[in-house]
Amino acid sequence: MSALPVELVRAEPPETPRAGEIGRDIEGRSPLRLAWARLRHDRVAIASTVTIAMLVLVAVGAPLIAHLVGHGPYTQYRLTGLTRDGLPVGPSGRFLLGTDNLGRDLFVRIVYGARVSLLVGVGSTLIAITAGVVIGVAAGYLGGVVDTFLARFMDVVLSFPFLLVAIAIVSVVGPSLTVSVLVIAFFSWATVGRIIRGQTLSIREREYIEAARSLGAGDLRIMVVDVLPNLEAPIIVYTTLLIPTAIVFESTLSFLGLGVVPPTPTWGSLLADSLQYYQVAWWYVLFPGLALLITTLAFNLLGDSVRDALDPRTERVFATRAGRRRWRAS
Amino acid sequence: MARFVIRRLLFGVLVLWLISLVVFGLFFVAPHDPARTIAGRLATPVTVALVRHRLGLDLPVPQQYGHFVARLVHGDLGYSYYNTEPVRSLILSRLPVTLSLTLGGAVIWLALGVGVGVTAARRPRSAVDRGATLFVLTGLSMPTFLVGLLLLYFLFFRLHLAGVDAFPGGGYVPFTQSPAQWVEHLVLPWLTIAFVSAATYTRLTRASLLEVLGEDYIRTARAKGISERRVVYRHGLRSALTPLVTQLGVDVGSLLGGAIVTENVFGLPGLGQLAVQSVTTQDLPVIVGVVLLAAFFIVVANIVVDLLYVVLDARVRLD
Amino acid sequence: MSAPDDDVLLRLDGVVKHFPIRTGVFAGRSAGQVHAVDGVDLTVRRGETLGLVGETGCGKSTLARCITRLHDLTSGTVLFDGVDISRLSRRQLIPYRREMQMIFQDPFGSLNPHRRVGSIIGDPFAIHGIADGLLRRQRVRELMEKVGLNPEHYNRFPAEFSGGQRQRIGVARALALRPKLIVCDEPVSALDVSIQAQIINLLAELQDEFGLTYLFIAHDLSVVRHVSDRVAVMYLGKVVEVAPAEELFERPRHPYTVALLSAASVADPDVADRRERILLAGDVPSPVNPPSGCRFHPRCPKAQSRCEVEAPELVARVADTDDHPTACHFPVEPTDDLARAAVVPMRRATLFPGEQQRQ
Repeated sequence: MSALPVELVRAEPPETPRAGEIGRDIEGRSPLRLAWARLRHDRVAIASTVTIAMLVLVAVGAPLIAHLVGHGPYTQYRLTGLTRDGLPVGPSGRFLLGTDNLGRDLFVRIVYGARVSLLVGVGSTLIAITAGVVIGVAAGYLGGVVDTFLARFMDVVLSFPFLLVAIAIVSVVGPSLTVSVLVIAFFSWATVGRIIRGQTLSIREREYIEAARSLGAGDLRIMVVDVLPNLEAPIIVYTTLLIPTAIVFESTLSFLGLGVVPPTPTWGSLLADSLQYYQVAWWYVLFPGLALLITTLAFNLLGDSVRDALDPRTERVFATRAGRRRWRAS
Repeated sequence: MARFVIRRLLFGVLVLWLISLVVFGLFFVAPHDPARTIAGRLATPVTVALVRHRLGLDLPVPQQYGHFVARLVHGDLGYSYYNTEPVRSLILSRLPVTLSLTLGGAVIWLALGVGVGVTAARRPRSAVDRGATLFVLTGLSMPTFLVGLLLLYFLFFRLHLAGVDAFPGGGYVPFTQSPAQWVEHLVLPWLTIAFVSAATYTRLTRASLLEVLGEDYIRTARAKGISERRVVYRHGLRSALTPLVTQLGVDVGSLLGGAIVTENVFGLPGLGQLAVQSVTTQDLPVIVGVVLLAAFFIVVANIVVDLLYVVLDARVRLD
Repeated sequence: MSAPDDDVLLRLDGVVKHFPIRTGVFAGRSAGQVHAVDGVDLTVRRGETLGLVGETGCGKSTLARCITRLHDLTSGTVLFDGVDISRLSRRQLIPYRREMQMIFQDPFGSLNPHRRVGSIIGDPFAIHGIADGLLRRQRVRELMEKVGLNPEHYNRFPAEFSGGQRQRIGVARALALRPKLIVCDEPVSALDVSIQAQIINLLAELQDEFGLTYLFIAHDLSVVRHVSDRVAVMYLGKVVEVAPAEELFERPRHPYTVALLSAASVADPDVADRRERILLAGDVPSPVNPPSGCRFHPRCPKAQSRCEVEAPELVARVADTDDHPTACHFPVEPTDDLARAAVVPMRRATLFPGEQQRQ
């Protein structure tokens, strides 16, 4: 470079730390942190989170609740729990939500059912997300043969008639909790994988990826250190989307008798049994149904709030007035 | 264009083939020995061996698969383990029920979904919009069987108690026998199967249309004096429909899933009920037949949807 | 070249980069090539700044990426510090990546928005296993200070910095491992004019302090004139003229260079009025089907039949020193009307009130 001529000087004074700022902890405001700040003031999100927290507490403390109420989930109270004709008894002081066709305490069974729903819902989602992200990033970033193969594989999995193949698999392998988790995970990961692959494809073209390569970074490092942090948002969004879907899927499997083996109570199997008794026991339909509805609703609303917090430009699905009072990011 | 169609067809064939592999593989993962099941519990080992030989089950696996595919191509789906009827006739006898259910349900789902979505998009924040939002809210959070149960309880049972016998509680009447009763028996199932999907489509339509209506070219159309109705339907909807069409392909699969559950709740003797029953009886040939048929329909539906998509949006590249 | 060879840090020999255009059902058949870089010979001497100019699409950026091996070469060689790096595998290239770095054009796109700045600048240390933990942080903070950033901002995200500051981050990242060569791909094109001056100053300081060699790619001629020791002009994938900076701007020989210079904006209206604007006929031809012979001949005001047939070599023409090769059969003479069109004055920046003039 030529020697600096006299005319060329700084047009602006350089950055100097202001007095008092030195030493103060300057933490960056990551996009996630901003989203969190927005979320904290979202009424709908708070309500949903509280609901879910209570649900988790109930599920975890199921044995305690059973103990407090004094009824076990499998115990059949023939005398007190059934009418003289052998039909279920309605909600009363003794049986908070009534009994089922075998005289078992419905309240306690619903509480235990929450365990299954949450376990399967969250468990299968975690597996699906992990698999989807790993495969999606690999396919999107590595490209070439790997991508062609993986992308086609995902397309094929998505083309399977979900419930039918699930039925076929479960009928052969036999129903159980593990099978439910794996089957649901198997049918969920491809959706995630496809989206992640799409995002990775566009991220791959960014200049900072080029910069990383020019520094000599290897593929694995780039995928983990550079691509993955950019995927935080879709990962969170899909987790919130997948959990309620998994819970519904599980309840459907249980309803058809393909889920967890009885006598373990699940909301789906409770509702399946209620089909025969709904004419005489409305509580048998209403309470498990309500439990299912409230749970799924809470997750869905929370997911909606999370998505809104991450990207306020997207139109909210469940746009309510409560949800609209959002904190404006400064 | 032709290239695109060929590619999709090839892909469809690939999917079908893979599914056939998977399902075929199930036969070998199953714990029960089909030869024994068919021969009966009291059969001697000699008889069982004879049955096995007759069924060709002692041949090497690839050969069995070859036979399997050969029979498939001829439309022979084997025989039910449970009642030794040919699977094909079992399926065919139940097909009309499922078809009535799914096609009718699909019509309602689309009409309701798109209709409500469009209305909501045209009047954002109005009472209709809020109602639509509530609809979406509940629809997305409920499993199909729960919808069925609730409909059964409220629209059948309680009405029945109140003396109104509008909807039957289940069962199926063929169209050929009595069209009126056919409809009557199918109303609740149709609503059930359509509810969840309609909610999804309402949301999708509303969001998509809202976005399109905000575009500049819509503003231009309005400024030109074109009636609002034409603006929405002719100009707006055309572009807004593309995401819906893409979603359609994915949803055909869930339609079949919904059918299974709905048939179960309302006691409709369709393929779904057949599938569930065969699970309890471990009747693999039937399950295989149903799965293959379903896969076939899904693949065809997907191809149709892809072609529709191309027609709708000329900007889509075919490769 | 009269200079001895170990004075040369980077030598390009017949570098060619073609991109295939793919069509067909299974993305197999190739329907032609984009001749992005079509035979480039270039040398960059130690410690100098070589400016590289040309219109958008002439292949400058592709060439930069070929040099840093972000692309694989179709043919030709790249000799870095005497070593042929054109065919090395990615693993073999790793030690050379320490010696050769790149600064990118887009201050917004070249930094990962989801990573903290300290982590971004520390990347080179992490990748090459140079420094870890506390030592790395210290080095990063030193770098930040060196480029004029506040080291307290170590934990901030790129979005919290201005464009100029982000470019400084990019510079810090490139500088981390004390490379020998820095390829600057339009480093100031996306910045405001006043900020451009700061960055250019910074680069100059760093060059003095660390003995860096720059390949400075730009399309703003006044900037190039200011920063470069020598300048090369590219057109449609080939180098058409190379000369020491002052000489190129005062005695351009290639008609394209003249046209380029005439199109550069000039602040002084009197000067602008006096000079003649050359308007080239036609559009830039597509790099898929470059013209035969001399690539510039369809638009060249001095073209003759020979130009269509025979591609001119990049050699010193009559009355030029070895330092000033031109790829033209009929170079512009000082007496040509054409020559009057080219006037590009030195870049002048404003003096901040109260600032001392620097020496």
